[in-house]
Amino acid sequence: MVDILKPEEMFNSIDYTVPSDRWEDVPPDFSEGTFCYPTKKKNQDYLGIPSKEEWSPADEDWKLPDNWEEIIHEGFKERLGKYRSLKVFMDICVRCGACADKCHYFIGTGDPKNMPVLRAELLRSVYRKDFTTAGKILGSIAGARKITPLVIKEWFSYFYQCSECRRCSVYCPYGIDTAEITMMARELLSLLGLNINWILEPAANCFRTGNHLGIQPHAFKEMIEFFCDDIEEITGLKLNPSFNRKGAEILFITPSGDAFADPGTYTMMGYLMLFEHIGLDYTLSTYASEGGNFGLFTSSEMMKRLNGKMYAEAKRLGVKWILGGECGHMWRVINQYMETMNGPADFMEIPKNPITGTVFKNAASTKMVHIAEFTADLIKHNKLKLDPSRNDKFKVTFHDSCNPSRGMGLLDEPRYVLNKVCNNFYEMPENTIREQTFCCGSGAGLNTEEIMDLRMRGGLPRANAVKHVHEKYGVNLLSCICAIDRAALPPLMDYWVPEVGVTGIHELVGNALVMEGEIERTTDLRFEPLNEEEE
Amino acid sequence: MNVNYLYSLLAVVVLGLVAYVGAGAAGLQGVFGIFLPYLAVVIFVAGFVYRVMDWAKSPVPFRIPTTSGQQQSLDWIKQNKLDNPSTLLGVLGRMFLEIVTFRSLFKNSRVELVGDRISYKWVVWLWLFAILFHYSFLAVVVRHLRFFLEPVPFFVQAIEQIDGILQVGLPGVFISGVTLLAGAVLLLLRRILLPKLNYISKAADYFPLLLIIGIALTGIMMRYFTKVDVVKVKELTMGLTTFHLGIPEGGLSALFYVHLFFVCILIVYIPFSKLMHMAGVFLSPTRNLANNSRMKRHINPWNPKVKFHTYDEYEDDFREKMIEAGLPVEKE
Ligand code: HEM
Ligand code: SF4
Ligand code: SF4
Repeated sequence: MVDILKPEEMFNSIDYTVPSDRWEDVPPDFSEGTFCYPTKKKNQDYLGIPSKEEWSPADEDWKLPDNWEEIIHEGFKERLGKYRSLKVFMDICVRCGACADKCHYFIGTGDPKNMPVLRAELLRSVYRKDFTTAGKILGSIAGARKITPLVIKEWFSYFYQCSECRRCSVYCPYGIDTAEITMMARELLSLLGLNINWILEPAANCFRTGNHLGIQPHAFKEMIEFFCDDIEEITGLKLNPSFNRKGAEILFITPSGDAFADPGTYTMMGYLMLFEHIGLDYTLSTYASEGGNFGLFTSSEMMKRLNGKMYAEAKRLGVKWILGGECGHMWRVINQYMETMNGPADFMEIPKNPITGTVFKNAASTKMVHIAEFTADLIKHNKLKLDPSRNDKFKVTFHDSCNPSRGMGLLDEPRYVLNKVCNNFYEMPENTIREQTFCCGSGAGLNTEEIMDLRMRGGLPRANAVKHVHEKYGVNLLSCICAIDRAALPPLMDYWVPEVGVTGIHELVGNALVMEGEIERTTDLRFEPLNEEEE
Repeated sequence: MNVNYLYSLLAVVVLGLVAYVGAGAAGLQGVFGIFLPYLAVVIFVAGFVYRVMDWAKSPVPFRIPTTSGQQQSLDWIKQNKLDNPSTLLGVLGRMFLEIVTFRSLFKNSRVELVGDRISYKWVVWLWLFAILFHYSFLAVVVRHLRFFLEPVPFFVQAIEQIDGILQVGLPGVFISGVTLLAGAVLLLLRRILLPKLNYISKAADYFPLLLIIGIALTGIMMRYFTKVDVVKVKELTMGLTTFHLGIPEGGLSALFYVHLFFVCILIVYIPFSKLMHMAGVFLSPTRNLANNSRMKRHINPWNPKVKFHTYDEYEDDFREKMIEAGLPVEKE
């Protein structure tokens, strides 16, 4: 790993002046620290996708397969035939520039190829050459460009500097979604065996063990039981969650990050406490132990393969419906893809909250409910006894994750919950939240150490907004509903706004929840004193 | 600095000269007045239809609306029905506003670094210029229907009434002609002068703007300065629409043919270029779909059969460990 600049230096290094060379003539940078490490071949082999012997993006010659041009051309053609989105987006961009400074990677790097419009042009220029009359005849005058190994390198560089956050698409007069274009480009790169390890290793793990982190069944169970011990210490209550239990009413699936790393683990404790408190008849699965889906960042086929386990497990266990935990891209997949890919889910029932009787009509087809919807419903019906003052040491703000915001619209449910479980809640500025929210800087598989510079730059717009509320209201806790956020935001905060911590909202629910028969709590779920003064 | 616009400017000037000399000095009025307009219309219609059909041919496998507001969920949470529609009606509303008011463009902002802060300023210019330009264009096109329809329909007359409301000059000034020119020039200046925009612009981006400027300029010249014989123009154009071909007696000025030739080039250019956005915006899956894929089943026509790791395979892999950990298994 290379050292990165100090925050102030980084901020001052951002320069929006455009280079004097045409963008077509600026080669991509592959110095150490600018690129994600390529995948190990074993992951590709394991998943049965085109593989490639060990290589590095820093190599001069990438040793592409002999027929690489044909592979790309055919792959492109196939995708144009499969996705109207791709075809229309290739054709209609007017280069008005409305999207240009909406991308957090552009804002943080000033690199013009991180403007969504130019990112898309990287692919579009080749499209023109290969598939349009004007491009074939007029060539570069019509913005067409022949594909070369250098163009492939450029794709690899810039399509792994897009977190598929869709912010650009909100502002585009035609809704051109660069995330969609990035997905296509990544699929094409994958046809040449060009994948990054941070995505493919979790995907391969997930395929085999059921979760990204490769946690095996017994270890998964142990981890959860370990949290139950912690909960017992804090509340005096002994929890007994079940695993792979047939006949449970509800299957609960959350990203495995919540079982594995702080601060996601505290959110996991929050879920478990909530379910215990309301006496929910649910089970966890070690087989479908991953909510997230790194297939989404690889190809639609991989997404489908990894997602397939959710319905398969629900069917095997005979549950009535599925409850899903806090995660960003997981919910893009569930909301916009799952039922179409792996449905119909007709072996389940329309989700009904057994405690309140609320029928989740909006999930009538997928049969999967978001935990924020579920908890909001419980609170609305007064089914939870809450003491928000237990979170009084926190001044909380909320980071909308990209996918639940722009690929779903889950905006007010988490806010409702937050406002009931804590007393000090402050919003960040309007143009940085809700559908205009900024990425954590590490989405879509870019949460990897070797590109820390890019991550800190890409996360700057988010961090800057946090800094604003930190200084204005004393905000000291950034809440979110995404496992990648819970992994990515702590280093981001440490870097830009070190006084601010990160939490999932169900950690705060867990803190506030007054459970039947619990002992008097002296600490929060992190074993820290409930109030600072008590120290 | 990117000087692609010079190529486009050159192209427009050359095209103008071609028509000026061709229909003027060389006297090819039949070619420029009859043959090329027909050819252009044929290419335009065929090209346009082909492009739209071609888009339509590719399926929409997934529902991928960009949701820009609160989803429909619990009854007591207020849905943003326009920005996150879950019904056809909502989608129609969203599309209508998008097309009639350029709603997304209206949200535009500009990033600036101020001290140690990033600031986002709302900027209206792109939206304003685009609205000015498009509505002027629409008004101009509608007004031109006067040349192709007899009797002149009421809505054309109504637009003329509104458009001429200033009642200055003789012949009276039509606002839309001036604003079309202004809109196109402003969009062009934006493209040339804003460094980021200049950096992304291609010759193909300047060309239509310059062409439209050319159309507007020649039009304005004819109407207010060289005072083209409108009766003869109508004779020619009505001849075209009713297939009574012929160049009016005494012919028309070379300037008129430049104007007409530019228009022919523009409509031929449309199907082969980004100007297809006028149709594409209707087919954009991030805008024209309802966010209801959790409520309703949708079908992907090419849904692939894939191999996933089944529970049985999983259990085979981990059975011993599962039993040891007290996890239930299917096969002991
Ligand atoms: C319906 C929604 C539409 C939207 C949101 C839209 C938006 C835009 C935008 C943002 C530009 C770019 C301006 C620039 O920066 O150069 C543009 C250009 C243009 N549009 Fe539209 N437009 C729409 C429909 C149409 C229609 C129906 C026409 C038909 C005449 C049209 C014709 C043009 C032309 C001729 C240009 C200028 C060429 C250029 O800039 O390259 N547009 N439009
Ligand atoms: S906002 Fe849309 S049309 Fe404008 S440059 Fe960006 S992608 Fe192209
Ligand atoms: S999807 Fe997000 S990361 Fe990708 S180009 Fe658009 S704004 Fe940038």
